[in-house]
Amino acid sequence: MSISNIFGIAGTALNAQMVRMNTTASNMANASTIASSPEEAYKAKRPVFEALLTEAQTNQGAEHVGGVKVSGMADDTTPHRRIHDPGNPKADEEGFIYLSNVEEVTEMVDMMSSARSYQNNVEVINTARELMMRTLDLTKV
Amino acid sequence: MKLFDSAFGIHEQALDLRGQRMEVIARNIANSDTPHFKARDLDFKAVLNETQFDQSLKTTQSMHIRSASSMGQADMVYTIPYNTSADGNTVELSVEQAKYGKAAAEYQATLRFLEGDMSGVRKALRGD
Repeated sequence: MSISNIFGIAGTALNAQMVRMNTTASNMANASTIASSPEEAYKAKRPVFEALLTEAQTNQGAEHVGGVKVSGMADDTTPHRRIHDPGNPKADEEGFIYLSNVEEVTEMVDMMSSARSYQNNVEVINTARELMMRTLDLTKV
Repeated sequence: MKLFDSAFGIHEQALDLRGQRMEVIARNIANSDTPHFKARDLDFKAVLNETQFDQSLKTTQSMHIRSASSMGQADMVYTIPYNTSADGNTVELSVEQAKYGKAAAEYQATLRFLEGDMSGVRKALRGD
C-alpha cells in the first residue's frame, strides 16, 4: 500500500536529518577545543547521505526502499588553524596549539538546512496521514 | 458480482496510482540532500493507460523473461531539473513540494469521485 510507504520513507529522512543535526551540535560543542598536533585536533564531522535504492541497502532505522540513510561519517579536511600560545598546557614543544577546523557560520547554515528538510518531511507525513484518514472515511455509512 | 466490479470504474485503479505517485514524490523529498540522487516521477497517463487497456507484454510460462514494463519500473521517468547542483542531486525541493501538494489534491479528487460512486451503490442497495 503506497500511502503507508510514505510514512516509512519520510521516517527514514527524519532519522537522517536528525543525525545531521546531532552532528552539527557535536561540531558546535567542540568548536573551541584545542590540541597539541593537527592529527589530534577536532575535525568537523559530516554525515554522508545515501539513497536506499534496493532492499540490500536497508538497515536498522532505515528499512524502507526509496528512503535515505546515513552511510558514514566523513571528517572535514580543511587545515587546522595554528596559534602560538606557549603558556597553554596543550602547547607543543614549539609553543603552538591547534584549533579545531569547525566553522561556526557553516554549521549554523547546515543546521538551518537540516531543520528545513526535517519540517518538509513532517509536512509530507501530515498530508499523507490526512489523505489516509479521508480514504478510511469511504467506509463510513 | 458483476455490479460491483465496474461500479467504481477507473477511479479504483486511479486511487492506487495516485498513491503510488505520492510515494515517488515523497522519495524525492526524503532524498533532497543525498548527493548524486536523481529525482524521479511517475508517468501517470502512461501507467493508467496500461492498466486500463493492458497493452503490456504477457508472460504465459514461468520460463519467459518478463519485460521491463511488467516489472513496474518502466513508467518511472527521471525529471529534468531547472537548475543544476554541484553534488549531482536533481531534486528541487520547491518543485517537489508543489508536485506533492498537487498530487495530494488529485488524490482527494479521485476520493471524491469514489465517494460519489459509493453513495450511488449504497442508494441502489437501500432502495429508497
